[in-house]
Amino acid sequence: MKFAVIQFPGSNCDQDCLAGLNGILGLRAEYIWHKQTSVDGFDAIVLPGGFSYGDYLRCGAIARFSPIMQSVVNAARDGTLVIGVCNGFQILCEIGLLPGALVRNRSLHFVCDMVTTRVEVADSLFTHGCGQGALLRMPVAHGEGCFFADEATLRELNERRQIILRYATADGGITPDANPNGSIENIAGISNREGNVFGLMPHPDRACEARLGSADGIKIFRSMMETVAAGRMRAA
Amino acid sequence: MKVNVVVTPKAAVLDPQGAAVRDAMQHLGMPEVRSVRIGKFLEIEIDDKAANLETRLHDLCRDLLSNPVIEDYEVQTPK
Repeated sequence: MKFAVIQFPGSNCDQDCLAGLNGILGLRAEYIWHKQTSVDGFDAIVLPGGFSYGDYLRCGAIARFSPIMQSVVNAARDGTLVIGVCNGFQILCEIGLLPGALVRNRSLHFVCDMVTTRVEVADSLFTHGCGQGALLRMPVAHGEGCFFADEATLRELNERRQIILRYATADGGITPDANPNGSIENIAGISNREGNVFGLMPHPDRACEARLGSADGIKIFRSMMETVAAGRMRAA
Repeated sequence: MKVNVVVTPKAAVLDPQGAAVRDAMQHLGMPEVRSVRIGKFLEIEIDDKAANLETRLHDLCRDLLSNPVIEDYEVQTPK
């Protein structure tokens, strides 16, 4: 099974993603430079964290026009799994694969911390290996991670069960104290309507080994692998 | 030709930068200040002989210079 990690100028979690994914048995991850134009042959696509194009103008605003992104959009429309972490989440919102936007943290501070998130959708293509209400501990590191969507979009996200992760307390409570950036309704990660595109601010790529403080990120990548494997079974 | 583009956060979007500056202004002797919103000001020089300038500029304002989910923009053409 082969995952692509897209590298933009200014990506800085591409190595974390590659190392995290390659540490999982049965999975091989490879870089794709943003100037390439094809993601053919890959089972899933990872947009890593970082500061693509220096985050000039808005986070992700320039990266969305990179040559590779048209093929990422096409692959997403064809049902390929796409995950955007941190800056990758911002790029997915900018290009319109995910609704809403990520704006300056309410505190105005760059937050760099370990957070707890609660799995809100136990049967999503990215979290079905976690269980309903499971708590995943992952690091966050961002200045613009405050998720915003207008009321109509927010209602739709709730109704269609697209809110996959919310920031939670250590015992699973969804409270303002657990919210590191002021995101509406403690939203930490959402999917598109079809469920095959997922963006989240916390870093599963930096939580792939107990020695790093948490190995919960692996659960997300494993869920993706199982989704891909199940898709192959159906196709066969 | 010079064109200015002003990008501002939509009313529904929280602007913590603006709130911090409002507080600072109030503390520094202007308690009358009710609110501050912080946006972006882009000064653009364009070769004005190009075709369909206005339409193309508005397209890019929507696609690149602003994010319509969170921002409004205004194009100002100095007389």
